[in-house]
Amino acid sequence: MKKKRLIALLLTAAMTGSLLAGCGSSGGDSGDSGSSGGSDASGKVYYLNFKPEQADQWVELAKQYTDETGIQVDVQTAASGTYESQLKSEMAKDEAPTLFQVNGPVGLATWKDYCYDLSDSAVYKDVSSDDYVLKDGGQVLGIAYVIETYGLIYNKAILNDYFDADYSTVKSIDDLNNFEALKTVAEEIQEHKDDLGVQGAFTSAGMDSSSDWRFKTHLANLPIYYEYKDEGITSTDAIKGTYLDNYKQIWDLYLNNATCDPSMISSKTAEDANAEFGLGEAVFYQNGTWAYNDVKDNEVADEDMGMLPIYIGVEGEEEQGLCTGSENYWCVNKNASEEDIQATLDFMQWVVESDEGRDMLANQMGFVTPFTTFSDYLPSNPLVQANEEYTEAGKIPVSWNFTTMPSENWKNNLGSALLEYAQGTGDWNGVVTAFVDGWAEEYAAANAE
Amino acid sequence: MQKAIRKYFPIFVLPTMIAFTIGFLAPFLLGIWLSFCKFTTVTDAKFIGIGNYLKILGDAEFIHSMWYTALFTIVTVIVINVLAFAVALLLTKGIKGTNIFRTVFFMPNLIGGIVLGYIWKLLLDGILAYFGRTLTYSEVYGFWGLVILVCWQQIGYMMIIYIAGIQNVPGDLIEAAKIDGATSRQILRHVTIPMVMPSITICTFLTLTNSFKLFDQNLALTNGAPSKMSELLALNIYNTFYGRAGWEGVGQAKAVVFFIMVGIIALVQNKLTRSKEVQQ
Repeated sequence: MKKKRLIALLLTAAMTGSLLAGCGSSGGDSGDSGSSGGSDASGKVYYLNFKPEQADQWVELAKQYTDETGIQVDVQTAASGTYESQLKSEMAKDEAPTLFQVNGPVGLATWKDYCYDLSDSAVYKDVSSDDYVLKDGGQVLGIAYVIETYGLIYNKAILNDYFDADYSTVKSIDDLNNFEALKTVAEEIQEHKDDLGVQGAFTSAGMDSSSDWRFKTHLANLPIYYEYKDEGITSTDAIKGTYLDNYKQIWDLYLNNATCDPSMISSKTAEDANAEFGLGEAVFYQNGTWAYNDVKDNEVADEDMGMLPIYIGVEGEEEQGLCTGSENYWCVNKNASEEDIQATLDFMQWVVESDEGRDMLANQMGFVTPFTTFSDYLPSNPLVQANEEYTEAGKIPVSWNFTTMPSENWKNNLGSALLEYAQGTGDWNGVVTAFVDGWAEEYAAANAE
Repeated sequence: MQKAIRKYFPIFVLPTMIAFTIGFLAPFLLGIWLSFCKFTTVTDAKFIGIGNYLKILGDAEFIHSMWYTALFTIVTVIVINVLAFAVALLLTKGIKGTNIFRTVFFMPNLIGGIVLGYIWKLLLDGILAYFGRTLTYSEVYGFWGLVILVCWQQIGYMMIIYIAGIQNVPGDLIEAAKIDGATSRQILRHVTIPMVMPSITICTFLTLTNSFKLFDQNLALTNGAPSKMSELLALNIYNTFYGRAGWEGVGQAKAVVFFIMVGIIALVQNKLTRSKEVQQ
């Protein structure tokens, strides 16, 4: 009996022992890495990246930095549409991101308690204008690291075929400067699509989550932009929806002159639209400079890519430029340890000042940045060059007001309403309700204490 | 020996208890606490009382999700159990290739929910495309799509449990019934079913809670489209949590309400089917 008891005791001891050992060894590991980090270089960087398009390049850039300085830089990229949820769970961890992103004033409102004041940082000194930073009181909490532009990307080769054809009403790209002309062109292309060898004027307006932001966020920016402009405001707690009829016009145009039937768009993805444009099956593709990485090296040559402003039929839109702004602001986590914050600031400085960093951002990632250090590094991205042409021609760029949209929920509801309208299960009033009433509701819900 | 076990019971239980506390109890209690808080990340929360629960009351989407989930649960529990039992009966008759059939039926259960969701989305969208529709055309399509999906996934699993139950029915009982002149239908009704009641309890419990808690399949198949009309409760909670800044606590409060609901329903169901079980 004694023996049995002894065995039992030993067994339990072994069991609980191994359990503790399990905890202990993992704790030891993290302690080790911490101390080894402390001996040669202090702190480490953990960057939670928002842009899946450039995920691989960031990892490569981080590796270069680690090779050069010995400081560990981890880069994680959230899948499209999951950044907020991933950030929320990552920030709750002990090893929280030291460098993260917010998408603008509304995003900052959620995260400002976590943002380190960057007003003394080297990166802030490199920013060319305060238009590109997010401020709260006197503090600089977010710094944009990329300025992006979106509009209607078009295939010059096919469009020229159309201009040359005898049935075309619009004869040159210079005449294509308002909604009426765009509508005529799109409808004539659609009518003669077999002749031009395309499947539709526009790429499929996919409402899959990989693509629906093109309409519920980016396209919706235009009616908001014009309303803000009329009212002379930069944000609001209740939108009027003055330009929603224009929103309907352009949405109808996208739906009726596309590569697929409007009832099928809920299953269309961003890859579908990229492929359709890349393979020359569609002429117009509403997207931005970031899409260049996804459509390049296909049948459409770089010199055949151009970008048009999105015309929605507002008076005087001939002078309208492309939509330019940023929804990518770097924020440093103020709750990280001091060494980690310092390491992060050093890393950011290296990215915008070193040759490797600038080369990667400008040439590999194709970014236009707001930093003064980049004057010699202008990206080769043809879509970026299109924007420069418009700016030089004196067109007025459309600012990115979608960063003031009250919540994710508002965008999702608008997206659903757009989809239901498209497939015929809802009417346009649903979109108006989601847009106008939804704005007030969501604003109240998100800002209520 | 009995005495020794009793004496060392706390030590033997300890490892499991620790794991249970870390993996279940602690997050559970934290979750209840968070439902009374306003927070952005779970590590720094501010107590605000029952405000989160009051916000649920006015949430029409939550109420819709509740009915949608209830209907979905009723349909799937019935369909899965009836079909699983039928398949189990067939595969205990000793037909050729029984083992292969059992394996094939069981296999869908080995695939994860998200993958299954995408596969079925492709399949169903492919079929619906002939009619110019997609799965997200209306919530009715989404509903039956989900029903087909979970049936395909769970029938095999429940079938295995039913097979075990049916094989445990003593042969002499069936023989006695046959000698008494019972038809095969009568045997099924009065011998087999009462004898497999424990399996029925387990299977209804599993299908009931699985259907109520369904998340990944819903996310991958329709993601609530159109307009959140095909959103089951779990997905609704997830979307509340991540959809709006400042509403994390409301999502958490919904999760607590959800837990209580699933708990009550499961207990009632357990009691009901248990009472029908017979002692062997």
